[in-house]
Amino acid sequence: MAAKTEPFIDGVIGQVRGSRVWRSVFRAGSGNSTLHRALAIQQNIFLHLLSTKVRKRMVSFRSTWYLGTLTLGTFLILVATGVLLMLYYHPSVPQAYADMKDLQFVVSSGLFLRNLHRWSAQLMVFLVFAHMFKVFYRGAYRTPREFNWVIGIVLLLITLLLSYTGYLLPWDQLAYWAITVGSNISSAVPLVGSKIHFLLLGGNQVNANALLRFYVLHCVVLPLTAFLFIAIHFWRIRKDGGLYVQQSEPKALPAIEPTMPAQEGK
Amino acid sequence: MSTPKDFIAGIDSDQRRSPTRVVFVTRRTSAQVKVNREDQVQTYPEVLFRAVLAIELLAILLVVFALFFNAPLEGIADPTHTPNPAKAPWYFLGLQELLHYFPPVVAGVLVPTMLIVSLVVIPYFDINIEASGLFLTNRARRLRIFYIVTAGLLIFLLFFKVYVAVPPTLIVALAMIVAANSTPDSPTKLRRYLAAKPFAYWIMTWFLFELIVLTAVGTWFRGPGWSWVLPWRS
Repeated sequence: MAAKTEPFIDGVIGQVRGSRVWRSVFRAGSGNSTLHRALAIQQNIFLHLLSTKVRKRMVSFRSTWYLGTLTLGTFLILVATGVLLMLYYHPSVPQAYADMKDLQFVVSSGLFLRNLHRWSAQLMVFLVFAHMFKVFYRGAYRTPREFNWVIGIVLLLITLLLSYTGYLLPWDQLAYWAITVGSNISSAVPLVGSKIHFLLLGGNQVNANALLRFYVLHCVVLPLTAFLFIAIHFWRIRKDGGLYVQQSEPKALPAIEPTMPAQEGK
Repeated sequence: MSTPKDFIAGIDSDQRRSPTRVVFVTRRTSAQVKVNREDQVQTYPEVLFRAVLAIELLAILLVVFALFFNAPLEGIADPTHTPNPAKAPWYFLGLQELLHYFPPVVAGVLVPTMLIVSLVVIPYFDINIEASGLFLTNRARRLRIFYIVTAGLLIFLLFFKVYVAVPPTLIVALAMIVAANSTPDSPTKLRRYLAAKPFAYWIMTWFLFELIVLTAVGTWFRGPGWSWVLPWRS
């Protein structure tokens, strides 16, 4: 049975991929040659962030534990479940909490959706830390990858902020007091502490304004920023020479010293 | 800008292995370069397939977990009723634990800022992770500094009664002493490994240990009024 259907399916796939419409969408065209496979990466706006080839050694689980990939995975799950949760959520007091109860008891699979979002968020924070330590102990932050490490730190902070802003949204006791404890720390900043605290919460304590601010940060500002930095992070892997392997690394670039006018003529 | 170059540029191109490789050979060294011809696989389809597979497995695990374990939801937010203890999300409990010992400006502002700054500057340190172990050069002087800094840190921690932070510090300090008494020619693999580790490695390992211990203590061992409780006795 399988032997008969496979050539048929391959034929259909081949026809679709050879069609005018398909070829108008995918610039690389179809084909199984090395060139076509390289073009499939190079000519795609999303995939061109990646290199066309990867060292075989780096594909094994042992080298990276796939921590970066898995972090991206949790992020994608969070975007998907987050958008669906937004359909049932009003960032207002006390409606926000009522929406939690609706998700739990009224909305089909609402509880599952929230569970998945919550656990993925916790896992993402963990994976980001794990990824950071793995990269450090592999020494993969070294020249010429210094700046990608810095972008990684930015992504770590964005992840923490995403998780932290999301923490308030259920508007239950856990959310309210965790954010109260956290935001009070900002008051400790010398000189401008109370200003920052007010700016963060839209008031002097956690209230409906704070909920709205955290909602906007959580659903719009931070995810967009995260997308941007994830794109740069991936693109820099390619530009900095692919996934790090321990041999044949160039030495750190010396700081450029200003050329003395007298030496120029030499 | 007409300074004579100290190298000649050449291009090695083997399409099957690596698309283009530019090689710089300085005139003073022999032309022998440590060539690293590695087998490569194509991102499409091989690497993408594995990435998608990894993400799918993760999604399955998370879905199963979400089916069996419910996300916590307590009563509606009530500003007049403070729970005891009021805890931050778990990844901030290390900081909250520090907040118990130090004033907010130290635990909440100074420490996080220092952490971020030190993480950012790590790759710009010129101490190479493989090439130079911390104690391989300038041993006597560095050992002296190490003893002074460690003793100072321990006194500081004990003065502020941060007892939970002491064991990780002692463990890392002990490993550093072993490293200081080892060389790349030491008999055991562990000692050779430790001897080769640079400054950044020790700082990061200490940070990792403290992070785990402080977060664990904040999560499981802290009860009403941030008092010490045992998680299995509640």
